[in-house]
Amino acid sequence: MSKHYTEDHEYAFIEGDIATIGVSNHAQDQLGDVVFVELPEVGKVCEKGDEIAVVESVKAASEVYTAVAGEVIEVNSVLEDAPQTVNEGAETVGWFIKIKITNPSDVEGLMDEAAYTAFVAE
Amino acid sequence: MSDNLKTALYDLHVELGAKIVPFAGYDMPVQYPLGVLGEHNHTRQNAGLFDVSHMGQAILSATDKNTNIAELFETLVPGLLISLQDGQMRYSLLMAEGGGILDDLMITRISNNADGFERLFLVVNAGCKHADFQHINQKLNGQATLEILDRALIALQGPKAAEVLARHLPDVATMPFMSLTHTKLNDMNLVVSRCGYTGEDGYEISIANHQAIEFTKLLLAHDEVEAIGLGARDSLRLEVGLCLYGHDIDTKTTPAEAGLMWAIGKRRREEGGFPGADIIQQQLTNGVFRKRVGILPEGRAPAREHTEIYSKSGNKIGEITSGGFGPTFGGPIAMGYVATEFADIGTEVDLMVRGKARPAKVAKMPFVPQNYYKPKS
Repeated sequence: MSKHYTEDHEYAFIEGDIATIGVSNHAQDQLGDVVFVELPEVGKVCEKGDEIAVVESVKAASEVYTAVAGEVIEVNSVLEDAPQTVNEGAETVGWFIKIKITNPSDVEGLMDEAAYTAFVAE
Repeated sequence: MSDNLKTALYDLHVELGAKIVPFAGYDMPVQYPLGVLGEHNHTRQNAGLFDVSHMGQAILSATDKNTNIAELFETLVPGLLISLQDGQMRYSLLMAEGGGILDDLMITRISNNADGFERLFLVVNAGCKHADFQHINQKLNGQATLEILDRALIALQGPKAAEVLARHLPDVATMPFMSLTHTKLNDMNLVVSRCGYTGEDGYEISIANHQAIEFTKLLLAHDEVEAIGLGARDSLRLEVGLCLYGHDIDTKTTPAEAGLMWAIGKRRREEGGFPGADIIQQQLTNGVFRKRVGILPEGRAPAREHTEIYSKSGNKIGEITSGGFGPTFGGPIAMGYVATEFADIGTEVDLMVRGKARPAKVAKMPFVPQNYYKPKS
């Protein structure tokens, strides 16, 4: 699995032609307690940079954009009843959606884990 | 460094790990490491400590000893002030000429002063304080003087607040709700009011800036007490249906529309004598076109401020003025204004959230029962 991050604190973890999309651990920490996550329908086709989810904390709503284009093949339905799962493990159990990638080169230009860690430390 | 003002407790907030945000010209703690949800729940179950020193505190005195200051101030607010007893406080509204609201405030009558003058202790919102004080000075020019107090104000709120504060000040345990007392702890002069804005029992304590950290640390040393930020303060007041000035009420909303007529005494409704009284009396007779109501979204999606409210037939009928997640309620909650014909409890409406109509119902407030102090008989 290769890990990629955007400057907006989304991640795309790639395995084969499947990307798992969510918000980074740093993002969940900044958001605070997550109380609602709105997920797309399975089958939705999205372009790189499209809004694909909304995460609401006690404080505010934030849009989540996909770093890669493709078709949504699975959503994490656990988040519907237990949105706090995002706080419990943003980069593990708290993933948002899985996308079947149409363009593998989308990940070029994204940060790898080391670069992202340095980015949030700034 | 920001140009924002800092309260006397600022260094303590930083020491406690608070996340600081600009609010009404101040750098204020929005949350501590416990987080908004944890802080909210802690306040409902134990006792939360809030720095509200950014709010405006002032003492209003008549220039002439024979002037009744309560009667004089009734010309600016619609509350019943003349009947207030020494140390009794009231929630009231600083009214605009058109019937709108300049600010909401707490007014306490303080009669037993050594110089024989009667005074009113005012606590107003941070964001309005300069305009409020200017307005009062201008309107009461020559008849009264306003002494603006540069003091800290600390709120202790929650079901354990009385027990905790009484360990230091035994007399506060039986203070009536909405009353004020002057007291002393060691060398600290405290002005203690039994009031608050969370729906819980509790106190607001006015103290000299240089003693504020010492006093706050004394309270935080108790296991029951946690520091609470502005984030939880907002969800706490929303759950109990209390208005936030600048959002739920402002110069464009009247007390009749806002459902705040309980703050206007019967005598004042009849006699008037405050700015905008003619409008209020007319609205009492003829009704209002819109009303502030509670709104419960179905499902889990919160509806935030400025969310548009639609009737089931697709007409825009109003807007959410405060909305979010109610941790104690356990779901999304909101309040807003709707056209009067849609204001009945149970009316089904749609909320336009991110371009999608989502069902909601007009609901009774408070969403969580208020838990104010009642003396044991």
